[in-house]
Amino acid sequence: MTDVTMTINGRAVSGAVEGRTLLSTFLRETAGLTGTHIGCDTAQCGACTVHVNGASMKSCTVFAQEADGAEVTTIEGMANADGSLNTIQQAFQDHHGLQCGFCTPGMVMTAAALLKENPKPSETEVRDYLKGNLCRCTGYHNIVKAIMAASGQDVSAIAAE
Amino acid sequence: MPADGGIGASTKRREDIRFLSGTGRYTDDLNRPGQAYVFFLRSNVAHGKIKSINTDDAAAMPGVARIFTGADFEGVGGIPCGWQVTDKHGQPMQEPAHPVLAQGKVRHVGDPIAAVVADTAEQARDAAEAIEVDIEDLPAVIDMKKAVEEGAPKVHDDLTSNLCYDWGFVEENKDAVEQAFQDAAHVTTLELVNNRLIANPMEPRVAIGDYDPAGDMSTLYTTSQNPHVIRLLMGAFVLGIPEHKLRVVSPDVGGGFGTKIFHYAEEAFCTFAARALKRPVKWTSSRSEAFMSDAHGRDHVSTIQLALDADNNFTALRTDTYANMGAYLSTFAPSVPTWLHGVLMAGNYKTPLIYVNVKAVFTNTVPVDAYRGAGRPEATYQLERVIDKAARELGVDPIALRRQNFITEFPYATPVAVEYDTGDYHATMDKLEEIADLSGFEARLAESKSRGKLRGLGVNCYIEACGIAPSNLVGQLGARAGLYESATVRVNATGGLVVMTGSHSHGQGHETAFPQVIAEMIGIDASMVEIVHGDTANAPMGMGTYGSRSLAVGGSAMVRATEKIIAKAKKIAAHLLEASEGDIELKDGAFSVAGTDKSVAWGDVTLAAYVPHNYPLEVIEPGLEETAFYDPNNFTYPSGAYACEVEVDPDTGKATIERFAAADDFGNIVNPMIVDGQVHGGIAQGIGQALLEGCVYDEDGQLLTGSYMDYAMPRADDVPYYHVDHSCQTPCTHNPLGVKGCGEAGAIGSPPAVVNAVVDALQRNGSSITHIDMPLSPSRVWAAMTQ
Amino acid sequence: MYDFELTRPTSLADAIKALGEEDAQPLSGGQTLVPTLRQRLAMPSTLVSLTGIEELKGIKNEGGTLTIGGATCHADVARDGTYPALSELAGLIGDPHVRNRGTIGGSIANNDPSACYPAAALGSGATIVTNNREVAADDFFTGMFETALDEGEIVTGVKFPVPEKAAYVKFEQPASRFALVGVFVSKGADGVRVAVTGASEGGVFRWSEAEDALSSNFSPDALDGLSVPADGMIGDMHGSPAYRAHLVGVLTKRAVAKAG
Repeated sequence: MTDVTMTINGRAVSGAVEGRTLLSTFLRETAGLTGTHIGCDTAQCGACTVHVNGASMKSCTVFAQEADGAEVTTIEGMANADGSLNTIQQAFQDHHGLQCGFCTPGMVMTAAALLKENPKPSETEVRDYLKGNLCRCTGYHNIVKAIMAASGQDVSAIAAE
Repeated sequence: MPADGGIGASTKRREDIRFLSGTGRYTDDLNRPGQAYVFFLRSNVAHGKIKSINTDDAAAMPGVARIFTGADFEGVGGIPCGWQVTDKHGQPMQEPAHPVLAQGKVRHVGDPIAAVVADTAEQARDAAEAIEVDIEDLPAVIDMKKAVEEGAPKVHDDLTSNLCYDWGFVEENKDAVEQAFQDAAHVTTLELVNNRLIANPMEPRVAIGDYDPAGDMSTLYTTSQNPHVIRLLMGAFVLGIPEHKLRVVSPDVGGGFGTKIFHYAEEAFCTFAARALKRPVKWTSSRSEAFMSDAHGRDHVSTIQLALDADNNFTALRTDTYANMGAYLSTFAPSVPTWLHGVLMAGNYKTPLIYVNVKAVFTNTVPVDAYRGAGRPEATYQLERVIDKAARELGVDPIALRRQNFITEFPYATPVAVEYDTGDYHATMDKLEEIADLSGFEARLAESKSRGKLRGLGVNCYIEACGIAPSNLVGQLGARAGLYESATVRVNATGGLVVMTGSHSHGQGHETAFPQVIAEMIGIDASMVEIVHGDTANAPMGMGTYGSRSLAVGGSAMVRATEKIIAKAKKIAAHLLEASEGDIELKDGAFSVAGTDKSVAWGDVTLAAYVPHNYPLEVIEPGLEETAFYDPNNFTYPSGAYACEVEVDPDTGKATIERFAAADDFGNIVNPMIVDGQVHGGIAQGIGQALLEGCVYDEDGQLLTGSYMDYAMPRADDVPYYHVDHSCQTPCTHNPLGVKGCGEAGAIGSPPAVVNAVVDALQRNGSSITHIDMPLSPSRVWAAMTQ
Repeated sequence: MYDFELTRPTSLADAIKALGEEDAQPLSGGQTLVPTLRQRLAMPSTLVSLTGIEELKGIKNEGGTLTIGGATCHADVARDGTYPALSELAGLIGDPHVRNRGTIGGSIANNDPSACYPAAALGSGATIVTNNREVAADDFFTGMFETALDEGEIVTGVKFPVPEKAAYVKFEQPASRFALVGVFVSKGADGVRVAVTGASEGGVFRWSEAEDALSSNFSPDALDGLSVPADGMIGDMHGSPAYRAHLVGVLTKRAVAKAG
């Protein structure tokens, strides 16, 4: 076992891990942050997406030891300081961008990464950026719409409701 | 309307707050003190005889608590089937045993052979690798038609063949249908495959068994759409635990789409092992495991024929279907190709004579059961594809041919045993033509052409039957359960309400939509109503959430219970207001005496019910809590018309969805935003079936699509924005809310639209192709184009 | 996963030393290796993580040659833009999260028959730099998942001569989104190159007939009538050998048109 320490959502978290311990496991089991979900074992679904030193990654493909010393942000760290939903989270609620909620943490983390890189993405750019995140409930319509809205773009004319 | 939304308001979902902040509570987020982990050693061959299992070395490995095999389940019940179909000769279907862990034989890749319980999940897996299993390979049967040939290897040695049942519906119509075909001016025939799908809710299944020896109490935490059904099936049929000693809890459920209806071996195992070991036992499915252990969907091979007279009126329809059951009968598997498929074969059309034959077949594959739509997509796909083909053969407009044959008088009794209460198929088609901008198609076609792309338009209708019921009828049809729903409405002293419902959301937003109904009925804010679900310790009984039934059936039970609450509250109000009960009116959260300004607030009445100082104790009991069971007297019949426009790249065969429109009639709508979302999701799954998804086995029964690397899930860039509309509303006549069901419509209505559109694109380009089997992957479309 | 020791050297020298241990295996971005380990399809005793080695990261443009460190992630290459066709290719790999983690060295060393980077390396006439030597791309990719790398040898960088014209066209496998077929074409000082990934059972290959035709006339029309034989192409549920062979022709034309 090796001791690792990382800063998760601004809080230092330490724990002893095996070589094989994944970052996703560390987040869920050591840090107790179960908002990061595991939806597959081939790094395809994106439900486990978090930010490591500012870059979005699938935490099921990163070993905990590789994140030793890193700044990690998870869905639990996305709300505003007063605990209210941030702009992206709020847009997901406003536009019904989630149903069962399982893919949602990964979607929000991905949307945040996108808007940081590209503050006013086109629909095509949003859809392309979501390639690594599977949702089985929404048909993506309202996820794309929510992200467009979160970027400050007018979504009132998007298809029908 | 209440300030925060009553019936008809697009109220934002309250459950979203926890899902968006990472504080949702899914089954895998739960851990019990002292819990052990189980790993299932699964068969890697499709069919084989288990000659020996040696667990000695494995049992000695670090952390191993115990290893179970089929022998540990001798004398324990098997996984039951919840529906018995009677074949066309009046005989019951063949029903094989389904042991929790394989006994004697393995029958599909993924069939569990042994279960290792250990301190950690990795230790359990390590030990599983040390189990020595000697399996004698047997020839596998994968292809359904070969499986029913004389001399085919048998999946179950104790059955007479691999034929589960041969069902004819309506058997008495068979000769008349045959005569109508002989008399027809035109007959269109189409052979097609409804591709096998894997539901793939994003949350894999999880089960945690827990046992409290002090009270001899078992608890199962599981990812289920219907915890009460699991309690009944597992308690009564598998483990012999009475229901008062068994609690089933499903916290937040990350999607289901049917595959979390069924009672699975892993649930029974964890409950059983927790009792045996006096220790909680947890199983978390990996996605790879899910591909070979979650029940699959669809997998029908059909020949459909449509007879028309000289005026293009439909005169008869017949279809022969082979339906794959897989290796065992999953909970509702037998009902899917029969009562959820045959009875829908009339569709939106007044075809007077229909005959449906279904042969259900055992194969060495994962069991097949309901997946979003369950039987209805298979019926709709056949019907709407054969109508499209007929229109092309006859050179008539596919929409006009449909319109000509629409049912227009309601109620309408179909020749396949159901009675549609309401509908207006011309209205939804009119609406579709508008929202899909069909008049602009020619211009878009020309634009596509200018870029070297083929463009096609596909249109179809659908009808579905939701909220499966009534119980006495489904009992006659073979259901081994009732199909009512229950709700308990508990009013607290200070006026807030808690609804304990047997419906259980796995994404549908019950926590938001159900309170909207009560808020409307009482005239209070929806925020005063809390929904409790997913725990057999709370709701009295529940049949759960599937078949687009929650609002129509579960919501109706809640309405009935609330009506009882209001009736009693009126009695209390009458006492407080010193008026006659008949004069009491409830409006905007206050009871008043008609024609006076005397009133008493909702909260004062509820307080009086629990602090009955000034209260007619001699006439009514204190308290304010009511339970209702609602058993509908018919299905509900949503319907709609869908249109899809595709572009096909003639060089690669790749079809892309350019536009998709859906005009649905769901009757009354409680939360339009949620309804839109349900339709969007259904459409994406339908597009997935049509273009991308297909579960593939090789001839030896190896699953070739065992992960997302080969099973193509729709992604954000595979689909466009959808134009959806549900302003055409013909309310259901037999439930108190006038609602139909919206959960499955998108998945039912969309596959034929997509395939019709691709065929249209190719035919406009001069091709003589009349059909391509789903999924219409680039390689298949290209192969068809280059035939 | 089977357990293993994970070491995180900060210098190349330490990494090479660690890789000398028995059953040690390099871990780069892990986008392929970690899922493989999770399936228990590999059993290393030690994983030597290369992600902490700064000297293996970065992109340098020197005299028309772009040198990319082996541990440089796809996103960095996509953002660079010095060699537009290469940056575009990097931006088409996987998804944004994969691109933030996966590395060029890992991709080149793995030589997945459906990966994009091998097409860029072979199609550009790149040189693969290892801790021991430099190997021409033509000699590096020796077959499906096979390369010229020796045991304990790692890709420390890739040198791309930036050509006059180049383009990559990828046709995605619908499920994995790897290349069902991908074609990289370039026209540079040393002539025309056409490299094809995803299609062949032998892994990435050069389509020499197309190169010959394009050498005299770098336009899509020059490819009229040319085709690769279906024999030796991959056949699976996503496409027959004939389909893949057909796509090679279609995509090569498109790549040439795109390169201009």
